[in-house]
Amino acid sequence: MSINATLLGQMITFALLVLFTMKYVWPPLMQALEERKKKIAEGLAAADKGKQDLENAEKRAKVLLKEAKDQAAEIVNLAQKRANDLVDESKDAAKQEGERIVAAAKAETDREVQAAKEGLRKQVSTLAIAAAEQILKTEVDQNKHKEVLQDLKKQLG
Amino acid sequence: MATEAHSPEGATGYIIHHLTPLATGEGFWTLHLDTLFFSVVLGAVFLVLFMKAAEKATSGVPGPLQNFAEMLVEFVDTQVKDSFHGRSALIAPLALSIFVWVWLMNFMDLIPVDLLPSIGKAVGLSYLRVVPSTDLNATFAMSISVFALIIFYSVKVKGPIGFAKEMLLTPFGPWMIPFNLLLKLVEEIAKPISLGLRLFGNMYAGELIFILIALLPWYIQPALSLPWAIFHILIITLQAFIFMVLTIVYLSLAHEDH
Repeated sequence: MSINATLLGQMITFALLVLFTMKYVWPPLMQALEERKKKIAEGLAAADKGKQDLENAEKRAKVLLKEAKDQAAEIVNLAQKRANDLVDESKDAAKQEGERIVAAAKAETDREVQAAKEGLRKQVSTLAIAAAEQILKTEVDQNKHKEVLQDLKKQLG
Repeated sequence: MATEAHSPEGATGYIIHHLTPLATGEGFWTLHLDTLFFSVVLGAVFLVLFMKAAEKATSGVPGPLQNFAEMLVEFVDTQVKDSFHGRSALIAPLALSIFVWVWLMNFMDLIPVDLLPSIGKAVGLSYLRVVPSTDLNATFAMSISVFALIIFYSVKVKGPIGFAKEMLLTPFGPWMIPFNLLLKLVEEIAKPISLGLRLFGNMYAGELIFILIALLPWYIQPALSLPWAIFHILIITLQAFIFMVLTIVYLSLAHEDH
């Protein structure tokens, strides 16, 4: 249990041990720890940034969506207006066309009625004259009553 | 934790045999070969293990060895940062090597007391004391080295004049210089002595109890040696921890300027 030269040997061993630890053990391990700390901090920061970016993007998307909706509503309104206009226009056109057709038909009818009237008048006068001739043949002298007949003919014609 | 039978010389002879180091040389120039051998081997184990871990240290996902080394490094670093304020490239590595080396030397206590001496006997070594920290030379080598560092840093930080002032003028002022000096000397010298003796005493007593348990009949031994060994796991860690923390505290005191 006595103190002796072993003490010196142990001191040398101890000094060498500490020296080696200082040089080759502590710095690399500490460096690895520091680097990992930094990496983790960076990772956390990146995660935060990502979250922020996502939030911003969501906000932007909302704005864009609202804009698009507004635009779509405007377009629909315009289209509706245009459609209404078109319908009105075509209605007018159809009305005019109808009126035109009706007028043409009326004119045609009038014309035909006129023609029929003319024809009928002619036939009636002929018939009347014929009937009168039949009646008068016996007692009316054609030459004598020529003037009357002509007059009648004129009245009927 | 021995299962060997007693040596023929009786109980006293057995105990003395276990506590006698394998020595060579005369007088002061005696060398305890077993202490030197085991402490160097254990130091090498520590260095090889940790250098391997440090070599492959990455900031990515650590392997089991690096993880283990990092755990210890962080533990020591926390202890150093808790009590030592300021920067020093020496204190933290010093604390780490003290902690691991002392722990490994203490751990030799948990190897069955007769195992290594019997093997030694087989290869022709008459004595073998396997726990280096039961040798005062080993514990004092560390505590005296720490003491040298305390003095070195005291003088370096405070300057020779500041250090002398502190030795002579505190705590009672200039009229009590001799008394102050005596008090300070005792205070300073108590540091390495208590540091070395505490570790030595704990380990020596623990080893002695293992030896005493080994003297009992074999069927009683497990009932005693198992609880003692389990308790000793705590002791060896605690003693290594205390040695490390006190080293840090003493060195941070040396760095403080009054």
